[in-house]
Amino acid sequence: MSARETILRRIRAAVADAPEVAVPRDYRTASGAGGLGGSAVQDLPGLFAERVDDYRATVLRAGPGEVAGVVAERAAARGVERLAVPPGLPEEWLAGLCDVRLLRDDPPLANDELDRAHGVITGCAVAVAETGTIVLDGGPGQGRRALTLLPDYHLCVVPAGHIVRGVPEAVALLDPRRPLTWISGPSATSDIELDRVEGVHGPRVLDVVIVGN
Amino acid sequence: MSGTFLGMPAFPANAARAVQDSQLRHNLRKATHTIRAKRLSTIAEVPDWRELREAAKAVKDATLRDLDRHLLCLEEQVTATGGHVHWARDAAEACRIVAGLVRATGETEVVKVKSMATQEIGLNEALAEHGIEAYETDLAELIVQLGDDRPSHILVPAIHRNRAEIREIFLRSMPDAPPGLTDEPAALAEAARLHLRQRFLASKVAISGANFAVAETGTLVVLESEGNGRMCLTLPETLISVVGIEKIVPTWRDLEIFLQVLPRSSTGERMNPYTSTWTGATEGQTFHLVLLDNGRTDVLADEIGRQALRCIRCSACLNVCPVYERAGGHAYGSVYPGPIGAILTPQMRGMGSPLDASLPYASTLCGACYDACPVAIDIPEVLVHLRARAPHPPAERAAMGAAAWTFSRAVRLTRAQRLASRLRRLLPRRLPGPLSAWTDTRDLPEVPAESFRDWWSRTQGGPR
Repeated sequence: MSARETILRRIRAAVADAPEVAVPRDYRTASGAGGLGGSAVQDLPGLFAERVDDYRATVLRAGPGEVAGVVAERAAARGVERLAVPPGLPEEWLAGLCDVRLLRDDPPLANDELDRAHGVITGCAVAVAETGTIVLDGGPGQGRRALTLLPDYHLCVVPAGHIVRGVPEAVALLDPRRPLTWISGPSATSDIELDRVEGVHGPRVLDVVIVGN
Repeated sequence: MSGTFLGMPAFPANAARAVQDSQLRHNLRKATHTIRAKRLSTIAEVPDWRELREAAKAVKDATLRDLDRHLLCLEEQVTATGGHVHWARDAAEACRIVAGLVRATGETEVVKVKSMATQEIGLNEALAEHGIEAYETDLAELIVQLGDDRPSHILVPAIHRNRAEIREIFLRSMPDAPPGLTDEPAALAEAARLHLRQRFLASKVAISGANFAVAETGTLVVLESEGNGRMCLTLPETLISVVGIEKIVPTWRDLEIFLQVLPRSSTGERMNPYTSTWTGATEGQTFHLVLLDNGRTDVLADEIGRQALRCIRCSACLNVCPVYERAGGHAYGSVYPGPIGAILTPQMRGMGSPLDASLPYASTLCGACYDACPVAIDIPEVLVHLRARAPHPPAERAAMGAAAWTFSRAVRLTRAQRLASRLRRLLPRRLPGPLSAWTDTRDLPEVPAESFRDWWSRTQGGPR
């Protein structure tokens, strides 16, 4: 008998007497249901900014026409000379950059080339206010997964309309068939005395620009 | 110290030695108290924590109830999206499968994401026998591997080491450690970053576990902090994930529960820095999924014990346990230490060895683990259940047999009590022979001159 058949047969014998289970979903769900009277958060961008800041990432706010200026200011402040750019990123976000070499990931950059980039700029698919999380799904302006991994600096532009309250709202909006990366602050570790320290293998510096209200 | 737990003495002997190590006790106390405070504060800000916990428990129970169906669904989805699925009855079979897959790529080096399943099956040692070198990339696993040490915690395998000891291990065993390395955690993390960077870029094969596998979509989920997981999941051409069969959740939507309860329970953060999800062969990678039984179906067959399979390996139970805090993880003789290990190890390995038979007793039954568990595993209930199943020494069996005989008839109890009252001056303060182990740490109760029932029948309850 194959391992597959053996394991399946063992499982069926083991749970033959187990009762049916109903799953209660009384927590706060994406549809606003849940037995907690839905204390709606008014200012999602404000809460998101506060929570991102708690991870020791830098949060900036920009009006719809101000993105290029803020991006240019950030690149200069971080000393970025080689900036990786995913396909599909709005060109107007890059309009203020000068003395920065843009490394377009189209065709895909080699890993060592990407490793030599100082930073990367992306948008995002969804952002979660309560946990200060940005989610990338590889869509336009976000790129493949290595793009936001190898450079040491990640500048993420988050349109305010992409921010949802909690994890259930984000899960409902995302497509499981796409590779997803949920990012909450710069890379970190709690492996030394269970205390969080920022900066290991992923980008050690994360700047988040929230666009609009 | 060697990398194996085989042949270790029983828990009490290990614990007695561990509590003499004041450095270990200091390290553990500091780490567990740090994380306890963080966990409590991040959980307090979630108004529906109790409802999330109920839902998490129910989703896991429902999964186990129909595990065969969910596994078949997962297999179908992973295959349909270009992945390859393998099934392993036990550790040896899983190691054989992984070694074969690595050999087929022609590579002799692999990078690894921290994974409890591969620790459990001894994969690194098995790969070494096949001439394949496995490099751990998680910081704590790296500390354990470089120090030729054993893991002592589910989430932070090097929790027993403090920063000064980690610095020494790096200076001794990391060839490219910066000479002026300090014991600042940021400097130690930087050393690990430099040490592993080229290996990440050069590696062709990676091995991971998974925190969750979504049956309906075939999606695998890995939660991590450092980015070493992303490196391993993203850069190599071949990815092999070894996943216990109980890691399944039925639907994509179920992640809305677990992505809330796991980070807050494990590191006490609102969210861990990185979570990766992928479905099948992704971005041109070759993907293999190895589904592992290795004793899990034995656990599943026990009506009371099977709740241990709800475990999502957050390690909250370790961090709140007064026994773990003092004895440390090595005393449990398993990759699964602490309260969850005390119920998981004896069920998965059986209670044939003195160590495994002693694990259900490695607890005060205080219940802090049950309170902390995000999937509401009633660990004290399972401990008591396993104590009943564990082998008992002849002296204890004889004493319990005598007690049962005496208590089963009122007249026998009355006679025994009268005899004891008459002989009360002669009774020893300590029990003789093998029973003395019990009185070494306990006082025998005073035997009264008259039993309650004799007093009642003599006085009818005395003056009213």
